[in-house]
Amino acid sequence: MSIIIDNDTKLVVSGLTGREGSFHGLRNRAYGTQVVAGVTPGKGGADVEGIPVFDSIAESVEKAGANTSMIFVPARFAGDAINEAIDSGVETVIAITEGIPVMDMLPTYWRAREKGVRLIGPNCPGVLSPNKANVGIIPAQFFDEGRIGVVSKSGTLTYQIGNELKQAGEGNSSIVGIGGDPIVGSDFIDILTLFEADPDTDLIVMVGEIGGDAEERAADFIAEKITKPVVAYIAGFTAPPGKQMGHAGAIISGSSGTAKAKQEALEAKGVRVGVSPTEAAEIAVETLRSL
Amino acid sequence: MDLLEYQGKELFARHGLPVPEGGHAATIDAAVEAAESHGYPVAVKAQVLIGGRGKAGGIKIAQNAEEAREHADAILGMDITGPHGEGPFKVHELWVEAGSQIESEFYASVILDRSAKKLMVMLSRMGGMDVEAIAESDPDALVKEHVDPLNGLDATQAEAIVAKAKIPAEAADQVAPILVKLVEAAIAEDATLIEVNPLIVNSDGQVVLLDAKVSIDGNAMYRHPELEGLEAAEDQDEQEKMAKERGLTYVSLDGDIGILGNGAGLCMSTLDVVAQAGGAPANFLDAGGGSKAEAIIDALEVITSNPDVKAILFNIFGGITRGDEVAKGIIEATRKIGLELPLVVRLDGTNSEEGLALLGEAGLSNLHHEATMIGAAKRVVELAAATN
Repeated sequence: MSIIIDNDTKLVVSGLTGREGSFHGLRNRAYGTQVVAGVTPGKGGADVEGIPVFDSIAESVEKAGANTSMIFVPARFAGDAINEAIDSGVETVIAITEGIPVMDMLPTYWRAREKGVRLIGPNCPGVLSPNKANVGIIPAQFFDEGRIGVVSKSGTLTYQIGNELKQAGEGNSSIVGIGGDPIVGSDFIDILTLFEADPDTDLIVMVGEIGGDAEERAADFIAEKITKPVVAYIAGFTAPPGKQMGHAGAIISGSSGTAKAKQEALEAKGVRVGVSPTEAAEIAVETLRSL
Repeated sequence: MDLLEYQGKELFARHGLPVPEGGHAATIDAAVEAAESHGYPVAVKAQVLIGGRGKAGGIKIAQNAEEAREHADAILGMDITGPHGEGPFKVHELWVEAGSQIESEFYASVILDRSAKKLMVMLSRMGGMDVEAIAESDPDALVKEHVDPLNGLDATQAEAIVAKAKIPAEAADQVAPILVKLVEAAIAEDATLIEVNPLIVNSDGQVVLLDAKVSIDGNAMYRHPELEGLEAAEDQDEQEKMAKERGLTYVSLDGDIGILGNGAGLCMSTLDVVAQAGGAPANFLDAGGGSKAEAIIDALEVITSNPDVKAILFNIFGGITRGDEVAKGIIEATRKIGLELPLVVRLDGTNSEEGLALLGEAGLSNLHHEATMIGAAKRVVELAAATN
């Protein structure tokens, strides 16, 4: 097993006819993901290298059996595209787009919750379940199949850690990029819950960064609900307060959201935190092998 | 993006919120002119993006033109340091506003509560002091209520908040609609923070928003072309300005090691690992996904324009970013700008072998390759120390 995406995933890509959308959509298909449809309003009836394009996501659900939607449309249209996906009948929406205004995401977050649709992202690299499916922009060659689940706010940092695990001879059940925005559809707690229930995940690596309190809330949740070992890494110990460090959500406000506070909260609940991506990967490998 | 007080008050006025009349001035003469047109007394207020201006001497009351001139002269050009050591910020602009007789001071704010994924309204009958100080001295005096994300704040909820905060009866009828409008303004203007401290009752019994702290979501700037020109004011730093013009994500830091990483998380992590190795990063620079050679040249130009930089570290784990493109950029930039500073490169991921081969062929004497992130951090710290 794996979480969120697998061999049964039938993907519809919003923005498939765009440059980025077609590049990554076709890469996802080449990896083995069932990409059953693309959506671009007004371009229904066309196709992208054999993938049929529809006018709406709902139509792709009805005619092509899509159950998962990937959003690759520009930021100013992405809020509406996510809302359309939530209402279309798919189970999961994975939003890659970076730069969506937070006031668009607030109502969209609650819309997804009310309809019971799982929203991943936005501003995330997507989800990879090695040897099953890849939805998004994660470069699959740096990961092997295995028993470590990874959940992360950052893309490249995840590649770094995943690759260190691979070099150590370990692999992943699924890798989930939850995104670096202030409001994301699923946070650490949501994904930890899925990994806890996944029989193919034995250990979870959680990669956080400055800003907000998702890591602190995850620490409490881990202590209460997660029986599998969790290893963490937090980026941003040298980040100055009040400065946005690349990701829209990566900002220390006053004295809250610091890397140190997150590390302390996790360690207080017994989660081991690596000081570097390399050390986090080493701890994960060592812990996994001692199980 | 943070707005200056007067920009925030202009935004409030657009939403029908009561603010004192005033005028913006960047010169002493303009300040006196603004004061004359509003009548005395006037408050001459430094426009900087930090709190604690009053204590630092950045707000002064003038009773006549002579005093207005004197205060404007004193405040323009002064350096103001924030209560937590922020800055110093040089005062380039003033806001000259009609003086208000303060009968009582309240606190009101609307913030994005990231944990709850909702907007939150805060209101207190104790204004004029730091919100943390209110929360500490009398937690019950700070009322916090979430706003329904799908329906906004209605009059009934606003009235309940006002009652809970024990706002005096004579002001309550005015404060409740102000809360409703503040929430409407936050949503319409994409503000992730609106803080009004103090919200006052003046001698005429009118409730007025006497200060304005407003942060606008940078991702929503395309919806607010009227705010576009204001952004330049907050950029104080040479390299940050230069990076912004080139579309790079850059934050200035105090150290002497220039850093470039691809991806925000990896770049932040690179800063941390350099600090652990005993070094001091000069900047955060996320070259982003899919960086082409031109972006690398731009980035190196920004990093090397900082005279403090003694050595540079490139930490690249290519996903969409291709190692050969990065290598081409490094080679081209080194030649173009005559880079002599030591440059440590760690190149992994997509097309990294091709990239390393290109770097090897180029035979750049200042270039040092390291296979791992930690090895590269140690190396760049040594090289920076050696140039001292």
